[in-house]
Amino acid sequence: MEKKDHIISILVYNKPDVLARIAGTLGGKGYNIDSLCVNTTTQKDISKIVMTTCGSQATVTRIENQLQRLVDVISVEDLTNVESIHREMVLVRLNRTPANTEAVKKAVDDNRWKVIVSGDAFVIIEITGDKTQIDFALARLEPLGVADITRTGLVALKLED
Amino acid sequence: MKLKGTEILLKALEEEKVDILFGYPGGAVLDIYDQIYKSNFRHVLVRHEQGAVHAADGYARATGRVGVCLVTSGPGATNTVTGIATANMDSIPLVVFTGQVPTGLIGNDAFQECDITGITRPCTKHNFLVRNIEELAMTIKEAFHIARSGRPGPVLVDLPKNVMAAQTDYDPAAVRIRNHEAVYKPAPKKMANVLEMLERAQKPLIMTGGGVILGRAAEELTRLARRYRIPVTGTLMGLGSFPGSDPLWLGMLGMHGTYYANMAVSTCDLLLAVGVRFDDRVTGTIETFAPNAKIVHIDIDPSSINRNVTVDLPIIGDTKAALTDLLRFLDDHHYEPDGAGRQAWLSEIAEWREKVPLTYCRNSEVIKPQFVIQTLHRLTGGDALITTEVGQNQMWTAQFFGFDRPNSLITSGGLGTMGFGLPAAIGVKCAFPDRQVVDIAGDGSIQMNIQELATAAQYNIAVKVVLLNNGYLGMVRQWQELFYEKRYSFTDMTYAPDFVKLAEAFGVAGLRATKPGEVESVLQQGLAMDRPVLMDFRVSREECVYPMVHPGESISQMALGTREMIN
Repeated sequence: MEKKDHIISILVYNKPDVLARIAGTLGGKGYNIDSLCVNTTTQKDISKIVMTTCGSQATVTRIENQLQRLVDVISVEDLTNVESIHREMVLVRLNRTPANTEAVKKAVDDNRWKVIVSGDAFVIIEITGDKTQIDFALARLEPLGVADITRTGLVALKLED
Repeated sequence: MKLKGTEILLKALEEEKVDILFGYPGGAVLDIYDQIYKSNFRHVLVRHEQGAVHAADGYARATGRVGVCLVTSGPGATNTVTGIATANMDSIPLVVFTGQVPTGLIGNDAFQECDITGITRPCTKHNFLVRNIEELAMTIKEAFHIARSGRPGPVLVDLPKNVMAAQTDYDPAAVRIRNHEAVYKPAPKKMANVLEMLERAQKPLIMTGGGVILGRAAEELTRLARRYRIPVTGTLMGLGSFPGSDPLWLGMLGMHGTYYANMAVSTCDLLLAVGVRFDDRVTGTIETFAPNAKIVHIDIDPSSINRNVTVDLPIIGDTKAALTDLLRFLDDHHYEPDGAGRQAWLSEIAEWREKVPLTYCRNSEVIKPQFVIQTLHRLTGGDALITTEVGQNQMWTAQFFGFDRPNSLITSGGLGTMGFGLPAAIGVKCAFPDRQVVDIAGDGSIQMNIQELATAAQYNIAVKVVLLNNGYLGMVRQWQELFYEKRYSFTDMTYAPDFVKLAEAFGVAGLRATKPGEVESVLQQGLAMDRPVLMDFRVSREECVYPMVHPGESISQMALGTREMIN
């Protein structure tokens, strides 16, 4: 069966080891988590986990079923084919040199990225967008001397319930 | 009124109607044991924590209630892991209480500290570390609810020493928990599909599993089969959910299933699989499993559906509710099977049964293990609660002890845990002191938890061990004989204790039979005694379990062994 990326949104009770349970369940059954994002919701005892994984529809259904068995899991939904918006964020630290100052400024301006910290020796840029946009940004910045990056997992939100 | 954690624990157990604890004390649970000492709570002291879990498990399987055990932290807790994994694989409701070091020391590598909730996360249905006294009552209530609701399973509750010594208000009526009950939604459309499939089928077959026993649906399943004359096969865990003496019963299917059950599965055009999960020992190669059949799969756990075998019609729900619905639907729609067609199917099966019956080669010089089991069945009238160890003893029991009632075979199916049978039998006997409880054992398995003979002796828990002693790890030896050119690598167990003397040393009666002529009298003698007994049957050393589906083959391809029929 055809493998593709799936975005799975999981509502859980905010218990100390809930993430360990989810990661353990998937790891133990041989499924891979590609990216992960966790935080509380507007209800403080409930957290939302957004996870991406690559697999066939049958595999993803099995993942959903396995997660649904966990006592602290409230609901599991595959957002892949649901109307929803998807965002990731990346923080990029670039080494600043006389040679790249102009090019960095142009890249930031062209793409309306945000400079968060600007020092003599480095600059930190914040970029949000979907996966393609982030991939594009990193490719664009790479030749300019990327020192380090931190990239979040994907977050996703349905347009309507 | 303020109560201590230890008092709340015992009161909460009473609330849950727990009437027995299997346990072993230690440093982290001293306070709890002191509370038990002051109470009338029934506690059975095992000799190893693994034994405590298996005993609670046996109790749970025989009664359908939650089994409970209590052990200390660290090694006490880690010793429970095999028992917990055993229960988890077979969906048995347990609550396992473990002691823990005081919360302030957690993470410090304190004496007898271990992260038991971390260790048991993958082999429990759920587990808890109680971090403060206010959570205690709710956690215990939730643990029991989780253990027994939906697809049951073991729940571990870790109790730090300081939490149990702290005090809080306790009002059982005020304890509120979340509901975890699986919701069954009646699906008339699916029932209509089943009806349609039944009407179209020429060769329907029911496959019953452990979910029918756990769901207390044996009566409904039996009614379905008998009312519409549908033959029935079962998994190891399903034995007893349909009467073994009924002509519609084909015996177990799978690797050591009967010839006719496996042929029926491989030939049927409709398979009604109820409360099963299509384990690899049952299906053989997936591609050739029930190749001509439409498959209806009724199970409470959505994760069991389409996991091993892709099915045509999944019905998710409690087996009892689903079967009750199905029976009503078929009745309302006046379903009647085509009489001639059904007769032809049953005749086809009868021919297989006649061609290759379930049998073994009898011998007047050497005791055959199957003969011991058949004799045990005859002498008890089949009315015994049977536990097994794992290996050949287990398979022969499944084949030759016709189980007529649910909850009467107590065996480690999924995990295949050697050393399960004796402690499990102790748990069963505690629940049913007036029933005959027999552990059918092998000489390898029995040595894994032999120390529990002391438990049986101490409390005069009159379990009967029928030891099929062949001086081998018989099932592994069988594989070595068949697939490794008889290179018996470390399976010869000839160096073993004198089991009769060993039993006596524990304070258990020991009997021995070395000739077929002695089997009946030894069994009679052993069964009649009102105390624990170990009966050592010196059986044919290199007997194999047949039929056998070779690994990686279709279950229609069976090795049948040398077939000298019973006269």
